[in-house]
Amino acid sequence: MSQPSPRPRFSRSQRMGIVTGILVIVVLIVVLQLWLFTASMNAYLGGDHAILLPAALVSLGCLALVAGLLWYTHRLEE
Amino acid sequence: MPHPDPEQRTVAPDGKPAHEQPKWRRDFPIDRPEEEYISRRDLTRFIALTSLAFATGQFWILGQSRLRRPPSYQRLPIARLEDIPIGGSLVFGYPTPEEERVLVRLGEERLVAYDRKCTHLLCPVFPRVEEGVLHCPCHNGYFDLADGRPIAGPPRRPLPLIELEIDGGVVHATNVVLRTT
Repeated sequence: MSQPSPRPRFSRSQRMGIVTGILVIVVLIVVLQLWLFTASMNAYLGGDHAILLPAALVSLGCLALVAGLLWYTHRLEE
Repeated sequence: MPHPDPEQRTVAPDGKPAHEQPKWRRDFPIDRPEEEYISRRDLTRFIALTSLAFATGQFWILGQSRLRRPPSYQRLPIARLEDIPIGGSLVFGYPTPEEERVLVRLGEERLVAYDRKCTHLLCPVFPRVEEGVLHCPCHNGYFDLADGRPIAGPPRRPLPLIELEIDGGVVHATNVVLRTT
């Protein structure tokens, strides 16, 4: 049986507001990644390879941001 | 007995507050407000997986572009100029017979050639010389016959251009140019 967690710092209604805000930000980031992906595929198929590395790095940055926000939601319950 | 946690309406069988319950019980709450919170948190986690998928796809495209060498095209004869009337067209394979291209003679010395696959979903395109377009019947895509750029319908990229040379009355294909605009 796992150890019980200490009481969370925020009340449930506060956590709900924070998670909803994070959810909105994560959705916006993923929409940006979708746009980057389609633009990169279009460039690749059109023979323009110069844009692919910067696009991949930006997408990686977006993933890092999402991972950070996810880590924060995990911390909310500690 | 006083309620152990003001946010917890349903008391677990052991009577302890929610934050002292094991993780599996906290992840499957009975109270509706807590259940809404958990489902929203899990939706956020699921969308984060989508973010991982997009980043992976982005690096896959980058890897493909680095690993694949650009093909080299050689100069190949296609047809004799006199065999193609003005306003006429010809389907030919370049650089292999399986890769179909379409050549259109627009004027005495003016010829254009493009890849025959529509840049939307790879259906074959057909020249309509009198209208000045190439038409893709699958989804009604139109390309400008003069430069191969999309003018209507779903295609967004121009047709790959086949570079031509006329030498001694014979039309030669020399290169394939991919384009984004």
